[in-house]
Amino acid sequence: MNVAVRSTAAKPDAAALKAQAAKLRGKIIEMSHKAQAAHLASSLSCADAMTAAYWHVLNIDPKNPTDPLRDRFILSKGHAAAALFATLAMKGYFPIEELDTYCQDGGRLAEHPPANLLPGVEAATGSLGHGLPLGCGMALAGRIKGESFRVFALLSDGENNEGSVWEAAMFAAAQKLENVCVVVDYNKWQATARSNETLMLAPLRDKWAAFGWDAHEIDGHDVGALAEAMQNIPNGSGKPVALIAHTVKGKGVSFMEDDNNWHYRAPTADEVTKAFKELGLS
Amino acid sequence: MRNAFADELTKLGNEDSRVVMLSGDIGNRLFDKFKDKHPSRFFNCGVAEANMMGVAAGMAMNGLRPVAYTITPFVTTRCLEQIRTDVCYHEVPVTIVAVGAGLAYSGLGPTHHACEDISFLRSIPNMVVICPGDAFEVRGALRAAMQQDRPVYIRMGKKGEPVVHKGPITDFKIGKAITIEEGSDVCLLSTGNMLPEVIEAAHRLKEKGISAEVVSFHTVKPLDEDKLKQAFSRFKLVATIEEHSLIGGFGSAVSEWLADTETKHQKFLRFGTPDAFFKKSGEQEYAREVLGLTGHQIADKIIHALS
Repeated sequence: MNVAVRSTAAKPDAAALKAQAAKLRGKIIEMSHKAQAAHLASSLSCADAMTAAYWHVLNIDPKNPTDPLRDRFILSKGHAAAALFATLAMKGYFPIEELDTYCQDGGRLAEHPPANLLPGVEAATGSLGHGLPLGCGMALAGRIKGESFRVFALLSDGENNEGSVWEAAMFAAAQKLENVCVVVDYNKWQATARSNETLMLAPLRDKWAAFGWDAHEIDGHDVGALAEAMQNIPNGSGKPVALIAHTVKGKGVSFMEDDNNWHYRAPTADEVTKAFKELGLS
Repeated sequence: MRNAFADELTKLGNEDSRVVMLSGDIGNRLFDKFKDKHPSRFFNCGVAEANMMGVAAGMAMNGLRPVAYTITPFVTTRCLEQIRTDVCYHEVPVTIVAVGAGLAYSGLGPTHHACEDISFLRSIPNMVVICPGDAFEVRGALRAAMQQDRPVYIRMGKKGEPVVHKGPITDFKIGKAITIEEGSDVCLLSTGNMLPEVIEAAHRLKEKGISAEVVSFHTVKPLDEDKLKQAFSRFKLVATIEEHSLIGGFGSAVSEWLADTETKHQKFLRFGTPDAFFKKSGEQEYAREVLGLTGHQIADKIIHALS
């Protein structure tokens, strides 16, 4: 069996990760402003999980993006593409200048991650409820081929509305896919309303546990805690792992936090300046 | 067709370690041989077709050759978005195999009828659509599909259909129709499980002194354009015959080709199911009779068109 070398044995440096998350948020805000693109608040709410994954947990090599032994990260909530694009560029998958082409005519950075076009994008997403089934297929392929990589899927809470998520949840548990980890970005909002007033998700941890997962609630903005939880996959439970990450939509910018207007709004130049100040960026 | 599929799949599984079988909780005992030989490459995905299709795509993205199988409406319409987005948009080699196409499961009612699937699937970019005419064509189609680096849809009947070919087809090619009987007056282009009825129609026409060419047009996408050019230039009447809606199926595909092609326009007849659900109880033979899709009805309509 091929055993991938883990790059995540070390204890996470929470302060460094926090600083990195702030930089990521700044880049996302710049992109949203320049493109006047939607989904800013959704991208900010998952920035800490993205940082934990890409700057501490994932066994990846941006110079060799199709290495069969790499860990897979699927941004199932594809509307947060800005967070994924900024992350991939900052990690060196493609030139950072390409972020200026976000949502521009002819570019590779559309409003949702594309298929077979951009290095580092494991799967085209945007239609919700697809990431986990794909991830389960990837994990099974790894098992069949004797490759021990891990699969992470980042889901939005609204995405938990989709039946295919729960089909996949039952499937992963039945197949004992202990190399699969779901992070639910539980920011309590979906596109137009509070998530629990749309379709009742609560108690979300209990639901995932009832579907046969090793499910935990976690502070989705404690990047160090996220990194520790994610690096311990598989965690010895013999089950797939669900991290219900309690987050705040628009996290990091006071005037965006928990205000669902920022699901679709893009910031003005003044608002970018204010946001950068709050994030401690110049 | 179903048993030929299971048997050929087992052979392919023995030859290629990338072959993985996914089933939507059907085929009780059908895949026992595959399961016995390759227990780690068989997955009963349950009654959860959207997930099954996503899993198949994820596997194909990582170097495997998954086959996703269940009853036609559930492996097509039920998870159409997963087929479009996960399989076709990513252009990965998932082979989707449907059992009970058209009115094969007539007795089970319209929930199990499949007269729209060709229409849905052929409109998706990157998808290949194959409708084998008998068990030997199923074997050829499956073997050819597994050699592709792209999505393929194979639309089968059920079990027990008459076998048309005399033996294995060694040169089955996707997109290349097979002439079953040569003729000179009319050309009958059959797709899928209608082939035995079409042969019956040709024999009835022969009794009336009309020479009919019978073609198994097993691939609906991509169309065999050379064969179509020949048919529309050589015969005074060309007919398409399918157990599928006249909207969007094989006949529609040929109509579209005709509209875009400068060719001498011969008489063109389309046989298929109407734009209506078939709600009455009854087995496939009864349904075909009601809908004018039996060999003798096809022959009568052609004779009428020629007169």
